[in-house]
Amino acid sequence: MQTAKTLSDYNKELREALDNTFLRGAMEKFATAYPVGRANAFREYDVTALIDEVAKVKDAGISRLNDLYAEFKAKAEANGVKVHWAKDGDEANEIVARIAKENSCKMIVKSKSMTAEETLLNHRLEKDGLEVVETDLGEWIIQLRSEGPSHMVMPAIHLSRYQVAELFSQVTRQDQSSDIQRLVKVARRELRAKYAQADMGVSGANFAIAETGTIGLMTNEGNARLVTTLPRVHVAIAGIDKLCGTLEDALKILRVVPKNATGQAITSYVTWISGANECQTAPGGKKEMHIIFLDNGRSEMAKDPLFAQVLRCVRCGACANVCPVYRMVGGHQMGHIYIGAIGLILTYFFHGKDKARNLVQNCINCEACKHICAAGIDLPRLIKEIHSRILDEEGHPLPSLLLGKLMKNRKLFHTFLRTAKMAQRPLTGGTQYIRHLPHIFSKDHGFKALPAIAAKPFRDRFEAIKPRVSAPKYRIALFSGCVQDFVYPEQLEAAVKVLGAHGVEIDFPMDQSCCGLPLQMMGEKKASIDVAKQNIEAMAGNYDYIITLCASCASHLKHNYPFLLGENDAAAKAFADKVIPFSAFMTDVLGVTDEKFTQTHQRATMHAPCHLCRGMGVVEQPRKLLALGGYEYAQAEQEQVCCGFGGTYSAKFPGVSEQILKNKLADAARTAAEVLVTECPGCIMQLRGGAEVNKSGFAVRHIAEVLADHLK
Amino acid sequence: MGPTPEVLEKFRKKAELVSAIVSEVDSMAQAIAYTVDLCTQKEACQLLMSGCEESLSDRGHDLCELKQWGKVIAAPALNDADMAELVKQAASRGISVIKEGMRKNLAGIDIGFTMADYGIGETGSLVIDSSSEELRLATMISEIHVAVIPKSRIRATAEDMYDEIKGFQSRKPNYLAFVTGASRTADIERVLALGVHGPLELHILILEDK
Ligand code: SF4
Ligand code: SF4
Repeated sequence: MQTAKTLSDYNKELREALDNTFLRGAMEKFATAYPVGRANAFREYDVTALIDEVAKVKDAGISRLNDLYAEFKAKAEANGVKVHWAKDGDEANEIVARIAKENSCKMIVKSKSMTAEETLLNHRLEKDGLEVVETDLGEWIIQLRSEGPSHMVMPAIHLSRYQVAELFSQVTRQDQSSDIQRLVKVARRELRAKYAQADMGVSGANFAIAETGTIGLMTNEGNARLVTTLPRVHVAIAGIDKLCGTLEDALKILRVVPKNATGQAITSYVTWISGANECQTAPGGKKEMHIIFLDNGRSEMAKDPLFAQVLRCVRCGACANVCPVYRMVGGHQMGHIYIGAIGLILTYFFHGKDKARNLVQNCINCEACKHICAAGIDLPRLIKEIHSRILDEEGHPLPSLLLGKLMKNRKLFHTFLRTAKMAQRPLTGGTQYIRHLPHIFSKDHGFKALPAIAAKPFRDRFEAIKPRVSAPKYRIALFSGCVQDFVYPEQLEAAVKVLGAHGVEIDFPMDQSCCGLPLQMMGEKKASIDVAKQNIEAMAGNYDYIITLCASCASHLKHNYPFLLGENDAAAKAFADKVIPFSAFMTDVLGVTDEKFTQTHQRATMHAPCHLCRGMGVVEQPRKLLALGGYEYAQAEQEQVCCGFGGTYSAKFPGVSEQILKNKLADAARTAAEVLVTECPGCIMQLRGGAEVNKSGFAVRHIAEVLADHLK
Repeated sequence: MGPTPEVLEKFRKKAELVSAIVSEVDSMAQAIAYTVDLCTQKEACQLLMSGCEESLSDRGHDLCELKQWGKVIAAPALNDADMAELVKQAASRGISVIKEGMRKNLAGIDIGFTMADYGIGETGSLVIDSSSEELRLATMISEIHVAVIPKSRIRATAEDMYDEIKGFQSRKPNYLAFVTGASRTADIERVLALGVHGPLELHILILEDK
């Protein structure tokens, strides 16, 4: 659970998690196995279509939650179930406590319910002197250790078999071996005894079907079936977002969730309970059954045009499975009760901004979660939106405010960069790296060499190198972004050379400035809107395309500008429509061939920038371009995993960034390539800096550079 | 009309993927013989390490009392003729058969023998109306669950039995289960372990019923 008050406390907690090698090993193993299992499970299906259906079904439900609730209540009550609406967690807990009291319950067995965790139900019941036992194996283990879950689907993934054996030895007062199969059997028998004694069973619900008043439960262990069978009282607690119209809706969701969660076609048990069933130990032979629907801000959320989609979440946990940050630090540090990407968002709404303040900053914006989400939720955008809301509510920290001010004024910003170049001179020792870090950077940042600002920015070189094309095939404007303009002008020069050789007329509008993504990352939404407007104006000439060599700029210009300025802003839309990444332009528009390039078959591997492969959907083009450019492309296993840069992210969370980078470099090294190619200056800054410090033995270059190298 | 060979094949393949043991039988008598044989081969509470021989707390041990009875098959929902056949075959091997009282036997039932209502080819699942508490428990607390599914009741997808499922759900109260493979967990170090709360093995007997 999140306890850190300040960002630096939070960084300390992250450091501890990063030092936990068992946790990291377990996560790493899972992170590599997961995509394979998932792909297998979806092999016979059109994943995108299935996910679209889930989104549709959920959206339809979200828009009429009140109706669904009324229908469900009527149907379920006709069958002897009592249905409650709780406005918040306290109210839900009070209802459960009251039911326990009225039915003289002493012992309660629970099967996993995220909603009950959200309300901290156990604390409340224990206050009344009730014994509460979690029966899901992982949940039981962490309950015995008085910890929170570290993963939505695998709550005890952070523990080793030895730790579990030790724990079980204490519980049974018998020595236990660390053999996993035996430990599971011990749990089976110990928990069986608990079911036998329990008076009340508490479960969650994965579905609440309005047309029949049925709840649906998914479990692999089967504990939900025992929890809902043996005790004489059953209380199910579910968020109101679990309501859906029909069995058909539920079956659509059921088809996706287990596959996305763990790569299973379906969970071992799916249980559909309609009405209060037979129970031999209950008075009258019928179970006392209650269903509590928890609102806790959900109906408000359902009305919010942007955040309503959060209620689509089906708690599959996939967004955590693919998150590079989560993979390094786990759920205790990347979540409060709800973990991973969705956790960052839900924490703000359910547990308040105090808990969410640091967490929301710990997203590197790689978009991996968005692309795996079972319900198509735009998680990274919502995370950033919450970050900027918190800043608006609490006041913006000075550095980010200043950055906002600085960047809004292009001339001032560029003068600042030029001055910074002079200031860094004593630090570079004449190399392309900053050799001695000024003391504003702590030793935490030593994991990568930082590049020096170039002697002459691209904007000052352009006039001299501008190709004179007589009958141009296309007229394009180059959008440089500030990193390439001031730090890596040679990447743009390489592109100019390659494009010019292919008969493209190039312009470089001088009034363009930073794309504004760093501002967005820091939660400075207003400033980023101003910057967007300036750039749209600067690039308003008569161009066929706006080409950028920076993946982050590309996806920010194309997708965030229309979002920031409103989908109805015609200028923003016209601008965004023209934006195209360099490699996509080369292959898809120009249709380049291998004729213009020397074929050396030098071995090259790729790092696919997050904002290129997921943000822009450009995956095949750079690979193809490498091959046309005379390289032998060797695919790295984790080509599409984030490099850990994330702009200001790597400055804010150097420990996490460093670890992600190390994994990345090791993965690239396994391909035995001579050069690691990518298409984003940010990624280059991170990868090249890391390869330099790590002595990785391969060069790190922009795709435009490697193409220019081979230009005949 | 029965399932197409493709649906049948898929049902078997998907069930086996989640470690169900699938066989075909020609008659209920043969299904009963299979079950009694299976029970004869296994040790009461022993073979599958369901926990009796593990180091348990005192309370965990109390549940083991049933062992004194020897082996037990629970068959809560068989018709009279099949039941008579089961009792006869079981008695000859020294196995007891019970029809009720599952709650008192939470740790000692070797095999739960039940019928399934439908099969889902897409996932290799059984659909079992478990509204009867005795039947529900028999499918959960036994070490092995043997379920007989008439071949004609295997359909391609859950959507193909939408009306049937809704039929169950409108006969209230109702407790319906999709059962796919044995009870499983991967909660300790992500290592797969079967039989954490429910059966350690699931045997599916596809019954020729033309
Ligand atoms: S965008 Fe990337 S870093 Fe952020 S939550 Fe999603 S997966 Fe994690
Ligand atoms: S946000 Fe999406 S991926 Fe994450 S748990 Fe919810 S449904 Fe699954």
